[in-house]
Amino acid sequence: MGSKDLALKAHLLRRAGFGASRSELEEIAKNGYEEIVEDLIHPERFADLDEDYVRRYNPELSYHDGFQNHAGKWIWRMINTKRPLEEKMALFWHHVFATAYYKSEHVPTLIAQIDTFRNNGLSDIKKVLNDLAKDPAMNYWLDNCENHSDQPNENWGRELLELFSMGVGNYSEDDIKNASRAFTGWTFEQPHPLYPFGHFASSFIYDEDDHDGTEKTFLGRTGNFNGEDIVDIICEQPATAKFICRHLYTFFVEDEPQVHTWSIEEPRNPDAIDAMIKVFMETDGDIRSILRFVFNSDFFKDARYKKVKNPTELVAGTIKLTGMYDIIPREGEALGSLYGSASVMGQALMNPPTVEGWHTGSEWIDGGTLNERVNFAVDQFDDVSTPGFKDILSRLGDQVKSDELVGRCLDLIGPIEVGDETHAALSSYANAVGDLDLSTDQARTENAVKIARMIQLIVSTREYQFA
Amino acid sequence: MATTTKKDPVFVVVQLSGGNDFMNTVIPYTNPLYYDNRTFLNIPEEDVLPLDSTLGWHPEMGPFKELYDRGMVAIVQGIGYPDSNRSHFRGMDIWHTCTPDEVSTIGWLGNTIEQLDPTGENPLTGINFGVGLPKAMTKAGVPVTSVSNLDNYGLMSGITAEDQKDEALQIFKNMYGQAVGSGPVMDYLSRTGNDVLTGADIIKVAPERYESTVEYADSPIGKSLRDVARVHTADLGTRIFYTQQGGYDTHANQLPTQPGLFKDLARAVNDFFADLEEHDADDNVIMLIFSEFGRRIADNGSGTDHGSGGGAFLVGKPVDGGLYCEYPSLERDRWAKGEDLEHTIDYRGIYGTVLEQWLGLEAAPIVQGTFEQINPFKTN
Repeated sequence: MGSKDLALKAHLLRRAGFGASRSELEEIAKNGYEEIVEDLIHPERFADLDEDYVRRYNPELSYHDGFQNHAGKWIWRMINTKRPLEEKMALFWHHVFATAYYKSEHVPTLIAQIDTFRNNGLSDIKKVLNDLAKDPAMNYWLDNCENHSDQPNENWGRELLELFSMGVGNYSEDDIKNASRAFTGWTFEQPHPLYPFGHFASSFIYDEDDHDGTEKTFLGRTGNFNGEDIVDIICEQPATAKFICRHLYTFFVEDEPQVHTWSIEEPRNPDAIDAMIKVFMETDGDIRSILRFVFNSDFFKDARYKKVKNPTELVAGTIKLTGMYDIIPREGEALGSLYGSASVMGQALMNPPTVEGWHTGSEWIDGGTLNERVNFAVDQFDDVSTPGFKDILSRLGDQVKSDELVGRCLDLIGPIEVGDETHAALSSYANAVGDLDLSTDQARTENAVKIARMIQLIVSTREYQFA
Repeated sequence: MATTTKKDPVFVVVQLSGGNDFMNTVIPYTNPLYYDNRTFLNIPEEDVLPLDSTLGWHPEMGPFKELYDRGMVAIVQGIGYPDSNRSHFRGMDIWHTCTPDEVSTIGWLGNTIEQLDPTGENPLTGINFGVGLPKAMTKAGVPVTSVSNLDNYGLMSGITAEDQKDEALQIFKNMYGQAVGSGPVMDYLSRTGNDVLTGADIIKVAPERYESTVEYADSPIGKSLRDVARVHTADLGTRIFYTQQGGYDTHANQLPTQPGLFKDLARAVNDFFADLEEHDADDNVIMLIFSEFGRRIADNGSGTDHGSGGGAFLVGKPVDGGLYCEYPSLERDRWAKGEDLEHTIDYRGIYGTVLEQWLGLEAAPIVQGTFEQINPFKTN
């Protein structure tokens, strides 16, 4: 298998999942590219993660407070799953349907929401939106439980149109009012209160008595619409196809301008979006089909490094290289520290700043977050006894000459590429340490630190910030 | 300590994120229309802390009222702009960029920082305390620092051996060196990396130097304002500080939610100015507290939906305290969009007031036009 082929498959795994260690990559790369795509979009072909061990070693997961631990567990799943696209789609929908812990502080419904995204993430848009409308966490987040037939509340109706399906400029304030009226009565079962036994789960209930069943006009159609009718009409709109395809593009392919400018800023690659829209329309918004098309397209294969990694990708992807967190967290660390790491980089998982979600692309980077990203990645290679680092060391063989060190490490970390300037700076370090002997245990021990330092420098680069 | 040197004016911005319900902050408690429209969500007359015969404070604003009573708070009533946008993101964007009719990537404070430090010599000229930079502070090419943890700010902080850390930092500096046409994001990464290196070197003295008898409450806004105080009193040349307090989007449960926010905010602001006073560092500091919109006149039975025509506050020793502009009218024929408070002063005029009268800069290019200003500063 040529290195170009390997690099392309590594790119696919970074985008459709959270990357891969060298041994994971070589195993998967035994299959052809199209076959890997089929495996990714059919996660059911692979066994789900067994959570018994992680729960045994992290008893705090049996309680529904300490929400960071549950968010951290999600990152643990991203690191270890054999169904990477399933976890990545859960993250995708979480980006779009951003719902935050800080309002409800109700962990069971927040976890259930992510589970829904995990289970239906690759299905069709109508199912996705219907499931969302019935999701108790979303319902509470956008106050639809306070949306009554005699006193409507517009929060859910507005954001459904503005942020979850069509985007600004494609509907009127009256459409918002009427959509809101159609969703009156869509609420959830009031769960038991927190004390004394902790939080309990909840589920969707439809309160007919609180529903406004009168005539409404929505996007030019008139009828006694209920919530499902609104979703039906939304799914027919070309604006919905464009908006959802654009979201998929910016998440999987290339950074677009920020979402709230989309009513004014056109897509960077209009041809790609149009081609995706065509698949959307032909398949009634089947996400699996759209992603099959995207991953097999030239515009995707040519999109290496055109996206800035979101903090979760950086955290999960870097940890995957170390082979840590497979079952047991590091000594003295709780799963919640995974959440903490992404949080200081600007992405508090399951706790986004607002329903708008996170600003992505270069907006992940500023003086503060760049500091955190670099320091986190550097710290992962502090310990030369991690399984991932030991694997890298063994693959380097008996000896690494100074003029090979940079190239070999870039290959084993990715493969990833860096620009000339970066390469020159990394080479200056390689020249300073000279040829490295790895032929004996003692030599390996002495020189391991120097190789770890090279990897630390690589994961500090500008290039490493890109997906 | 004698303060004979004229210190550069410093401007602190506190953003209340979510759309603060101004009508329940500074309350028209003797106006029957208030109670008519806020059938559920009103603050009873006997709970209001009177300001004058027609307006009063929310009961949890006590420590803030104390600053007002000392003449340090200018209440800017009815702040807003024509055809107020009801979307959080677009709404807040408009406050950050001063371009209601088009989307911009240039923040008004990004422009301001560029005027204050044209060569970008001091990356600490503008500091945001929080995670990520607000758009208000960003402008391509203008270095701005964002600090989430003042006590451990800097690159490669995990490498403990000093000589090895220095070696790694040197290589980092080379890698992030002059980027020549490697793309806008790569260039941005280069600049940002170098600014972090420079800023970290300077800012580390702030936590080391700081001493105070003021004990801030353990709230996020308290922590942020304490960090502002720590850096300001360290005299590092910072002219613009920015931070935010979230949670104001009270569509539901406004009665239990808003008081908690006010409690934290009022205490934090009071502690902050007490801290500055203790350090004799309050002569040259003013603070603007604002939100992206006010809220609907009528409540929805549990909270309020997005509206307009809110209010803002200018706080500080140099401020000539009192009521400014006009409280938005509660008369039905003067409602905006048939359901909102109409603004009475454009926010860009308040920005302009700060830019020209406090920072000594020309306002029109930064706020994209000329807008009515107020005169909220004491004349010596």
